[in-house]
Amino acid sequence: MHLAYPAVLSALLFCTGLYGVLARRNAILVLMSVELMLNAVNLNLVAFDVWLSRTARETLHSGQALTLFTIAIAAAEIGIGLAIVLAVYRNRGTSDIDKLRDTAEGPDAEGPDGDHPAAEKAEATA
Amino acid sequence: MTLAQAPHGFLSPAGVEIAFLLVGLLTLGAALVTVTTRQLVHAALWLVVALGGLAVEYLLLTAEFIAWVQVLIYVGSVVVLLLFGLMLTKAPIGRSPDADSGNRWAALTVAVASAVALVWVVVDAFRTTWIDLDGPAAGTTEVTGASLFRHWVLPFEALSVLLLAALVGAIVLSRKAKADAEGEGDGKAGADGKAKADALPAAPGKEGAR
Repeated sequence: MHLAYPAVLSALLFCTGLYGVLARRNAILVLMSVELMLNAVNLNLVAFDVWLSRTARETLHSGQALTLFTIAIAAAEIGIGLAIVLAVYRNRGTSDIDKLRDTAEGPDAEGPDGDHPAAEKAEATA
Repeated sequence: MTLAQAPHGFLSPAGVEIAFLLVGLLTLGAALVTVTTRQLVHAALWLVVALGGLAVEYLLLTAEFIAWVQVLIYVGSVVVLLLFGLMLTKAPIGRSPDADSGNRWAALTVAVASAVALVWVVVDAFRTTWIDLDGPAAGTTEVTGASLFRHWVLPFEALSVLLLAALVGAIVLSRKAKADAEGEGDGKAGADGKAKADALPAAPGKEGAR
């Protein structure tokens, strides 16, 4: 199999996850996109491990071991991430990351509730 | 040109490659629907399709143990956790018009630019590289287990400690939030002002928001 197939698929999946992380508003959808990015990395690791185990006689199987570690770390990450999202939801009543503007700079960072989008506030103050 | 001298045909349509391409298209399409759909639960269900397609890709790359671990952990537990998270945060069941934030076009620009750059670099770097999938499989459970417990024992054990720490951390986070919401819910309300007005989402009657 041509190595470009899994490599290109993994690059496209990574960029799909990148778009999701940047464009999504719900925190859980952002976590889903992070999972997509991690899976793209896993596909790359597996493909290069299979390639190197034949071509370079690599017997360490570092790619597959690292894939297993990545999967376990992703499971831990999703557990911690969901716990944080649920804690934020209990405290703030929302899980939209656009509305969590406590640490935002600028004139449009008034309060954590943020009922108005940032654009409206910027226009109102301007 | 080195492509013609290679023992493989360029983009030779072997059966494995055709299967990889079809499953890859399905996986990529499911991933695209996951990040673009406006129905939050559908996003989680399309994520199942994407992760399952990746498991099939692992099988096609002869990494069977990784494939079954992927099915067990991702499709089995991570998606279920995500669905529980969607339910616990009372995600709307139907279409939610504000699923995407305002910087969607900036995100699309960044994603397309990085996709073009990555695909260009990867194809240019590995255009004469082939994976030899014949012979004994490179990722059987025996091979993976032998390498994991022969060369990777210390990281493996450290990973178990990390999982334990993550478990304890998740429990601590949940308990603390619960104690805040129940015990001193009114005490902090003055500090946050309006933020507490729509807090305490566990109260019934918000089902109408769906």
